[in-house]
Amino acid sequence: MRFVLKTSYNRDIDVFRDRVHFFWYFLLVLVMLIAPLFAGTYFQSQLTLLFISAIAGTGLMVLVGYTGLVSLGHAAFLLLGAYVHTLLLKYHIPFVVSLPLAAIACGVFGMIVGLAALRTTGVYLAIATLAFAMIVEQVIKNWKSLTGGNNGLKVSDPTIFGFDLQSDVRVFGLDSEVSIFYYVCFVILVLVLFLIVNLLRAPTGRSFIAVRDSEISAQAMGVNLTAAKIRSFSLSAALTGIAGGLMAHQIGHLFPDSFTIVDSIKLLMLVVVGGLGSVHGVIFGAIFLILLPEAISVLKGWLPQAMVYRGGLEPLIFGSILILFLVFEPFGIYGRWQKILLYFNQFPLYRKKTFKRQRSFLRTERVH
Amino acid sequence: MDTFIQLFLSGISAGCVYGLVAMGFVLIYKSTEVVNFSQGDLVMLGAFFAVTFSQWLNGNYWLAVVFTVMAMACLGYGVERILFRRLMGEPPFSVLMVTIGLGFVLRAVAGMIWGHDPQSMSTPYSDARLAWGDFLLPVRDLVVIFGTLILSVILFIFFKSSRIGLTMQAVSQNQFAAYCVGIPVKRVLALTWALSATIAGVAGILLVPIKSAYPQLGLLLGIKAFAAAIVGGFGSLPGALMGGLLIGVLEEMTKFYIDPVLEFGVSEFSAYILLLVILLIRPQGLITSMQRKKV
Repeated sequence: MRFVLKTSYNRDIDVFRDRVHFFWYFLLVLVMLIAPLFAGTYFQSQLTLLFISAIAGTGLMVLVGYTGLVSLGHAAFLLLGAYVHTLLLKYHIPFVVSLPLAAIACGVFGMIVGLAALRTTGVYLAIATLAFAMIVEQVIKNWKSLTGGNNGLKVSDPTIFGFDLQSDVRVFGLDSEVSIFYYVCFVILVLVLFLIVNLLRAPTGRSFIAVRDSEISAQAMGVNLTAAKIRSFSLSAALTGIAGGLMAHQIGHLFPDSFTIVDSIKLLMLVVVGGLGSVHGVIFGAIFLILLPEAISVLKGWLPQAMVYRGGLEPLIFGSILILFLVFEPFGIYGRWQKILLYFNQFPLYRKKTFKRQRSFLRTERVH
Repeated sequence: MDTFIQLFLSGISAGCVYGLVAMGFVLIYKSTEVVNFSQGDLVMLGAFFAVTFSQWLNGNYWLAVVFTVMAMACLGYGVERILFRRLMGEPPFSVLMVTIGLGFVLRAVAGMIWGHDPQSMSTPYSDARLAWGDFLLPVRDLVVIFGTLILSVILFIFFKSSRIGLTMQAVSQNQFAAYCVGIPVKRVLALTWALSATIAGVAGILLVPIKSAYPQLGLLLGIKAFAAAIVGGFGSLPGALMGGLLIGVLEEMTKFYIDPVLEFGVSEFSAYILLLVILLIRPQGLITSMQRKKV
C-alpha cells in the first residue's frame, strides 16, 4: 500500500495522484500509440470504434454519472452531430472546422432542450430527450432537400490540408497498414478525457456532483441548479456530437435511422456497466460494448433457436444487463475493480461491508 | 364543421388511451418517486394477455377481461417484489434506468412469445357503429371514452376515501412518517405497482380492438403518455387525463389539417413539439400539483 504525503490542498484534486500513477497512464498512451503498428486492420477499426464510443460515453457520463440526470435520446445527438458534420464537409468546410461546429450545434440544441426540460425536475429530461430524438429523426427523414431523406447521405472522406485522414499508410519496414483515422480518434479522445477530468475538479464540475448528490444542499451552497444542469446537458450533447461526427466517417453512409433508441440504450449501458461516476468507467464500458457483439454471437449458439430467430435478442440482453448491473453492481466494472484493489491492498483485513451502501427512506423533494 | 367534430371525437378517444396510460405512471410517480418508463410496455402486455385469454376461453370477452386484470395485478406486484424492492432508497435516476431496462426486456420477451405480427381479438362491440345525425362513431371508441371515465371516477373515490388509497397517499408524501404511524410501507408500494399495472392492463384491453396487439405498441404509446402527463402537470391524475385528451385531439387535427399542406409528417411528432413548448412556457404543466420543497 502506497501512502501519499499531501503537502497542499490542491493535491487532493490533482489529476495524477503521484508520479507512479502518471507513469502508468503515460505507458498506456504510449502503448496505444504504437499499437496500430502491430495490430491488423480489423483490430484497428475495432479500437477506433472503441475510442468513438468512449467519446460519446464521456458525454453521457458527465450527464448521468456526475449530474444524476438521465437522457434517453443521446442517439439524437449522435445523429445530429453526424449530419451536421457531413453536410458541412459536403459544402467544403474543412474537417478541423466542421467537427467543432457539429459539437457547437449539438451543444446549442442541448441547451434548448435543457432550457425546456431542466427548469423543474431532472426527470423531465429523460422524456424530453426521447421526444427530441423522435423530432430529430422525423425532421431528418422529411427534410429531403437537405438530408436526402431515406436515401441517406454519403460521407466524404475527412481531409486536413489535402491529406486524406481515412487512408491507410504503409509504414516502412512493416507488413501491416496503419490507419490514420485511428490516431485522429485517439487524439480527440485523449483531449476530451483531459478536458473532462479537469472540468470535474473545477467549480463547474464540482457543482454538477453537488447537484447529483442533493439538489437542496447544492442550492444551499449557492449552486444555480438550472444553470448547472443545463451546462452539463449541453456539454454532454456537444461531446456526443463530436462522437457522432467521427462515427459518420466510420459508417460511410448516413441514414435517418443510423442511430436509434437502441443506440441510446447502448450508451446508457456503457455508462452503467463501466461504472457510474468515474471517468475510468467510460473506458471499461466502451471495451465492454465492443466485446458484447462477439459475446452475443457466441451466446446465440447455445440458446434455443426460437429465441434467436424471433428477433429481439439484443434488446433483451441490453435491458437485462442494464437491470442486473444497477441492482447488483451499481458502480459497474470500475467499482468491482476498486473492490479487488482494496482486497489486495489490505489483504487479510478486507471487509465486504466497506462498500455497503446506505439506504434510506425516500423523502421527496416536492410538496403536494 | 362536421369533419371538425368527427376529428374531435376520434381525437378524444385516442387521447383517453394516452390519459389512461399517463394516469398509471403518475400513480407510481406520486407514491414511489419512480418514473416508470415501462408503463407503455405494461399496456402492451395487457393487450397480449387479453388476446391470449380470449383465445383460451373461446372468445368469452368478459372472463378474459377479468383474467387479464388479475394477471396484470399479479405481474405488477411481482415486479415490485423481485426488482424494485431491492432498489428502495437508491437514487431516483438509477431506478429510472432500471425501468427503462425493464421496458426493453418486456418488449423483447413479448416479441419472443407472441411474435411480431399484430394480433387482434374479437369483442362483442368490435364492428358496431353508432350513427348520430351525420356522425358515425365506432362503438369501440365510445367504450374507450366511457371506460376511461369510469376508471377515473373509481380512482378518484379510491384515493379520496378508501383506506388503501389514503395509505398510498401517505406513503407518497413521506415514507418514514408513514412507517412511523404503522403503515406497512413496502406492502403499500407493492400494491401501488399492482394497481398501476392493473390500470395498464385495462388500457391494454380497451386498446386491443382499436390498434391490435404487437410488441412495439408500448413504446410510442408510452412516450406520448409521458408527454400527456407532463403537459397536464406531472403528479396530478386529472391533469394526466387532460393532457392525454389534448394530445389526442392535437394529433388528429394536425393529421388532417397540416400534414397535407406541409408534407412534413408533422402529426408524427406534434405531441412532442407540444411537450417541448409547454415545458418552455409553463414548465409546471397545466395543473400545478408540485412545488419545490423549501428547507
